[in-house]
Amino acid sequence: MTDPASSSQFDAERFFRRMGMVGHNGALGLRWCDSSDEWIELRLPWRDALIGDEAARLMASGPIFTMMDNATSLAVWQKIGAFRPQATLDFRIDYIRPAKSGRDVIGRGECYRLTRSIAFVRGIAHDGDADDPVAHCAGTFMFTGPAWPS
Amino acid sequence: MTTRSLPPYARLLGIVAAPADGGATLAMPFGDATLGRPGFLHGGAIAGLLEMAGVAALDAEIAAGGRTVRIKPINMTVDFMRGGREATSYALGTVERLGKRVANVDVVAWQDSRAKPIARAHLNFLIVDDD
Repeated sequence: MTDPASSSQFDAERFFRRMGMVGHNGALGLRWCDSSDEWIELRLPWRDALIGDEAARLMASGPIFTMMDNATSLAVWQKIGAFRPQATLDFRIDYIRPAKSGRDVIGRGECYRLTRSIAFVRGIAHDGDADDPVAHCAGTFMFTGPAWPS
Repeated sequence: MTTRSLPPYARLLGIVAAPADGGATLAMPFGDATLGRPGFLHGGAIAGLLEMAGVAALDAEIAAGGRTVRIKPINMTVDFMRGGREATSYALGTVERLGKRVANVDVVAWQDSRAKPIARAHLNFLIVDDD
């Protein structure tokens, strides 16, 4: 962050706090967590309302899907250094193990490749230990317009 | 079609059993809990509807076979084909194969017309004997 020319002009945290906590994200209770030049972390606080398997009291997969879609999407703009309209083309999640009942889930997303029209992303979700993830994800976003001047 | 009550996550999104004659498993009326960017459904809400419809279809298939097993999601792949607008969404889950240990389920979601899908998903589940 000491070289202004190399640091992103896109403020992911400010963008998320202003735009990312309403609607569906707001209903899930999605929160900002942390970031670097390379990745974005969001947090999904545990709530009974997110349960998908009542017998085992496990969180549904859908909230984790939404968190990873958001974290990787922000990571694309972080990499570009500006907001650019995009649509999710496809997204895959592997559920390595269930998140422990009652635990917050943290999702870290990154953009590992940008082309003129497509951004390739990946990420992991964990419930306390990043070395023991609950899910891996991979996806692509398609740009639907030019980057907004920053 | 559904054989058990929907879980809290489905209720949070406003997901309900679809009308019996519409050819869908579940329906999701548009609401604030499903909103993404202004005027459009959130892709995550569509994914949630696809997941719940896949689970409901598999539950029904398992119940029809008289088995008592638990299901665990292995993975889920979603293609987003059209932007979802401020309208009710429908999803139909189809169990392509229900084996002893694994089930493969396809789900398609649409709004105005079944011929114009907004998204589709492929889900794999592990089947675990209850006893």
